[in-house]
Amino acid sequence: MSDSPIAVEQHGPELLHHFADPEQQRDAASLGMWMFLATEIMFFGGMFLAYLIYRFWYYNEFAAGSRSLDIWLGTINTAVLICSSLTVALGVRAAQLGQRKLLVILLLLTIVFGFAFLGIKGVEWYQKYEEHHIPGHSFNADDLVKAYPQIHIDPQHEQIYFSLYFAMTGLHALHMIIGLGLFIFLTYYAWKGRYTPKYYTPIEIGGLYWHFVDIVWIYLFPLLYLIDRKPLR
Amino acid sequence: MSEHIMSSKFYYTIWITLLVLTVVTAAVSFVDLGPLNTVVALVIATVKALLVVLFFMHVKYTSEKLTEIVIISAVFWLFLLLSLSMADYATRFRS
Repeated sequence: MSDSPIAVEQHGPELLHHFADPEQQRDAASLGMWMFLATEIMFFGGMFLAYLIYRFWYYNEFAAGSRSLDIWLGTINTAVLICSSLTVALGVRAAQLGQRKLLVILLLLTIVFGFAFLGIKGVEWYQKYEEHHIPGHSFNADDLVKAYPQIHIDPQHEQIYFSLYFAMTGLHALHMIIGLGLFIFLTYYAWKGRYTPKYYTPIEIGGLYWHFVDIVWIYLFPLLYLIDRKPLR
Repeated sequence: MSEHIMSSKFYYTIWITLLVLTVVTAAVSFVDLGPLNTVVALVIATVKALLVVLFFMHVKYTSEKLTEIVIISAVFWLFLLLSLSMADYATRFRS
């Protein structure tokens, strides 16, 4: 290759030949990722709309369902995701500065936080399974009806809350699993030394995806866990 | 995307702020503010989301202005979806 007289072939990931300069290449990659995230907002937007309409119609059932979730685990999980966003932001910085070892450590920490989130989420889902709060044949909201005699709770409408709870947290968890796959891939190549201060675009746009998934959870947490926690009159 | 490299101290500040806001939003939900509970929860969530977008996702220091147009368009679309649908559902169906 080095003997080749054709200049066009001499390009690496730092600058592909159809870009004028590295900055244009980086901007194009970043903009492409933002376009994808815009479609993700639309994807999640439909679910948020369904949530909004049913919450408006069946507020009592949504409030009771929300109270049945474990607020401690929910808050801890929010903190875990925020920590993972910090390690991603610091990881991008390490890549910008060419600190390979630090980058690998921060990516690994992100993966650990990601698995911790999914583990805690799994514990919460299992609790819902044991309480018969998973929509379907074995669904039973009698415990909630008894717990809140002050408010009228229709078990059918309660099922709608839990359907949305599982759909929204499930879709979010799917995004986490995809993100973990991406980050395992990034960690491998970071370890191999592919990313340099001249070329760290995959770290940057992988980070954008991770932060986006964090933002979705930042909204899911108050919408699902904190609907109505104040003392009932 | 930018070549602007922030200090790690700056990232730690944003991180602490996000954690504090998380604890605040969980704690405030136990206080009876009437309908304001939902408003407070959503305002705090939006502040947190803005901190992540502007600083962790580097939008504040991006050189590419098109990025901002994409983000604003996406959020505006979401606003249209939610507000126009609710304008319908909140006024038409009376049980």
